[in-house]
Amino acid sequence: MSNSTLSSVSSESRRPFALVANRPLLELRNLSTHYVSAQGTRVVRAVDDVTLSIDPGKTLGIVGESGSGKSTLALTILRVLPPAARIVSGQMLFEGEDLVRKSDAEMRQIRGKRIAMILQDPMASLNPLFTVGDQIAEMMRVHEGTARATAWRRAIDLLKSVRIASPHTRVTQHPHEMSGGMRQRIVGAIGISCEPRLLIADEPTTSLDLTIQAQYLNLLRDLQREHGLGLIFITHNLGIVAKMCDQLAVMYAGRVVESGPVSRIFNAPAHPYTAALLNSIPRMGANRQRLTAIDGQPPNLASLPGGCAFAPRCPQAFDRCRMEAPPSIALGDGQTARCWLAPAMAGTATRTGVQ
Amino acid sequence: MSTSTELGVLPARLPARFSFIRARDFPLIPLLILGIIAFVAVFADVLAPYDPEIGSLSARFHPPFWQAKGHIDHLLGTDHLGRDVLSRLIFGARVSMVVGFTAVIFAGVVGTTLGIISGYLGGWVDQLIMRVTDAWLALPALTFAIFLAAIVGPSEMNIVIILALVYWTRYARIVRGEVLSLKEREFVRLAIVAGCSKMTIMRRHILPNVVNSAIVLASLMLGVVIVAEASLSFLGIGVPPPKPAWGVMLSDGKQGLMVGYWWLTVLPGCCIMLMVLSANLLGDWLRVKLDPQLRQL
Amino acid sequence: MKQYIVKRCGYSLLSLFLLSLTIFFFVRVTGDPATLLAEPGASEADIAKIHHQFGLDRPLVVQYALFMFKLAQGDLGQSFYYQTPVFELYFSRLPNSLLLAVVAMTFSLLVGIPSGILAAVRVGTFWDSAGKLFALLGLSLPSFFVGLLMILFFTVYLGWLPSSGSGTPLHLVMPAFALGWYFAAAHMRLTRSSMLEVLGSEYIKLARLKGLPQALVIGKHALKNALIPVLTLAGINLVLMINVAVVVETVFAWPGVGRLLYEGVSFRDFPVVQGVVILGGCMIVGVNLLVDIVYALIDPRIRLEA
Repeated sequence: MSNSTLSSVSSESRRPFALVANRPLLELRNLSTHYVSAQGTRVVRAVDDVTLSIDPGKTLGIVGESGSGKSTLALTILRVLPPAARIVSGQMLFEGEDLVRKSDAEMRQIRGKRIAMILQDPMASLNPLFTVGDQIAEMMRVHEGTARATAWRRAIDLLKSVRIASPHTRVTQHPHEMSGGMRQRIVGAIGISCEPRLLIADEPTTSLDLTIQAQYLNLLRDLQREHGLGLIFITHNLGIVAKMCDQLAVMYAGRVVESGPVSRIFNAPAHPYTAALLNSIPRMGANRQRLTAIDGQPPNLASLPGGCAFAPRCPQAFDRCRMEAPPSIALGDGQTARCWLAPAMAGTATRTGVQ
Repeated sequence: MSTSTELGVLPARLPARFSFIRARDFPLIPLLILGIIAFVAVFADVLAPYDPEIGSLSARFHPPFWQAKGHIDHLLGTDHLGRDVLSRLIFGARVSMVVGFTAVIFAGVVGTTLGIISGYLGGWVDQLIMRVTDAWLALPALTFAIFLAAIVGPSEMNIVIILALVYWTRYARIVRGEVLSLKEREFVRLAIVAGCSKMTIMRRHILPNVVNSAIVLASLMLGVVIVAEASLSFLGIGVPPPKPAWGVMLSDGKQGLMVGYWWLTVLPGCCIMLMVLSANLLGDWLRVKLDPQLRQL
Repeated sequence: MKQYIVKRCGYSLLSLFLLSLTIFFFVRVTGDPATLLAEPGASEADIAKIHHQFGLDRPLVVQYALFMFKLAQGDLGQSFYYQTPVFELYFSRLPNSLLLAVVAMTFSLLVGIPSGILAAVRVGTFWDSAGKLFALLGLSLPSFFVGLLMILFFTVYLGWLPSSGSGTPLHLVMPAFALGWYFAAAHMRLTRSSMLEVLGSEYIKLARLKGLPQALVIGKHALKNALIPVLTLAGINLVLMINVAVVVETVFAWPGVGRLLYEGVSFRDFPVVQGVVILGGCMIVGVNLLVDIVYALIDPRIRLEA
């Protein structure tokens, strides 16, 4: 049994494309990342028992309030966590390899080269003292041993591909000489410079104004199509999710409370929190019902209530919710939700079992 | 990561009052050292075995008692005039304490007052005070103090005045900054609307809110002022001999240094170091406790 | 930009004006300046002569104008003891002070920067605590005590180094160490905090996310940014060192301007004291102005604020 598995893995790696197509690009299984205080007295479950997967070339959107663990999840995947944070359990299978078990040196070769990330603040994420060309070329030089001149030429090409005008002059400029939108495109160029398989974008458009936002999203989509990139898109903007994503995961208090295909979740949210989020976005042309805000405060991760974390704010909570945290319930078509009412809310969906 | 910022908080299990004494970072040893120095300074007359200013020339340069030629009569030896080192150290504590504390308090009162006036009144008063502050801050403290000491001549009282004159600018700068932000706060605006006079607002509403900063700064200045006093005394323009200030003792000790009479240098030096070290540790602790925003000092 | 520089120059001139006024004021308010300006042991007649010679019998405003007029010409009066102009005396001593300050600064940076980096990169570990202890000792041990301790060990007990004077590189070792000691601690503190700030920045996060080796992240991306405030402080401190070396230069009999100030005080040579203080103030106001202008040239944000 184990022998045959091994041989199938090796044959997969020999003929990557044919067989890999139905294997997820990245699969997170029961992943938990906790912050532990210096005295070890306090534990914050920033990422708690997260199970997710993303297919090659597809886009996964992750939404949630600030502090819901979205960014920590992204940093966990790349294992660039603050000193106080620890991955305490779970697996991260990237193209079949478990990233949790990689050594630091192995991980360093994956970062930037096979999984790249775009940070949310374009003003702060470029080093003010080096030219943008240097900052783009640097990564190719480190990962691929590209010669200085070649890397520099490719940096110019990359600037072209992220649609920066007169790349030959821009490449020798420093970040402060450019606008925010331009800088974010440069960060994007750095992200794709080593042709990664997976790109994680952490709220890449929050600090850009609206027209630039749209341009940037189009750019990302084009890049994704050209390079066959898997894309994880972290945002709190459901409009962007509708436009960009195939799959959606909703995070609340460190947990994925609902996940599944975007179209399915938008039509039939199975978690009251998702439903509330969807209700809080204005829709053009739709019936002019009142927008509802979610009552109450986002939870304090250091002192979560027992039971479902959303229960204190949930209009439909009942006794069981406060006693017992619901497991992830599969609802068919790849939709799952952590809510006792999920089967009922998803309407026609039937409870097909607990994952 | 908003979650990581909430970490360092200790569980609230300790009883609220005085619980800070049991906290891990409480500077117990520095407080003890300062306490001992203060005790010695107060009871110097009782504690000192000899008159610190009178020695006998027949008993010059005795080493401390544990050394070969040491004598039990003079536990820590004698200096070049045969004066008892222990007694001089004990009375020296009094000088350091008195000069250090009064100078820090003088400077604090002057600097805080001018800082409040400058920040609250604004306009030309602010300009005048701040420009003077800038100009005075441009002079290195020690050079300025030496200049003033050269004019007025050495005495204990003069030293206090000089150090207060040199160091008030530090308070004024910080306090003014605080007042500028306090001015915009609701309770101050309310007081203005309620018709309080400027004097009342400064005294009743502004002053209590800058006292913390002033205290933190004072504790940090204590070490600086003590070193400054010792430096001036060492140069012979501070506390005038034969009064036993630690700086004067170090200066006297130079005479025996080349022949290896170490105790005349090491002992007073260690006293200065211990006191300054304790003051700095206490100041650091207070800074974190009372005013986290002041970390940049 | 031009406006900003003009404004900063204006402030500096104002500072110098207030400084001169302060010095002038203190000399006159604390008693008869003639007693300061007269040589020790001068007779009544001598003092009367000085009153007339220095114009002390004229109104204060005229006196001040005269004082400033002479100052502008570089005339700081004549030293009683050396019988030479203070200005010349000062500049004959300045090279020695500069030499000592440069060596002490080099020492303080060589110690302060690496230890600061180590403490920041290994924050919260043994190295960080060791660094904190070092910084605390550096700020708490007065330089003259460090100097005397060194003489005791290296001259009296070991006989390795000369205790005073100048001439050979060996003469420089102890004064430079005693002077640089405090600054090494200050530079260590600043390097540590500046490095910590940079290490927490987004661009360092991105550098890590790019998969760069740790050596490149620290040595290239973090270090260059973290050193800017440290080197700025070092520039200001170099000038400060020249002016606060009084005690160290006195301990080691090093013939710099600090020693000149000490001699001025002990010989009651008042023109020398006054001259050293005024020139020191000018130097510091000057270097602060320079730093502000250079910063404005480098960093466009400062220009906008002004």
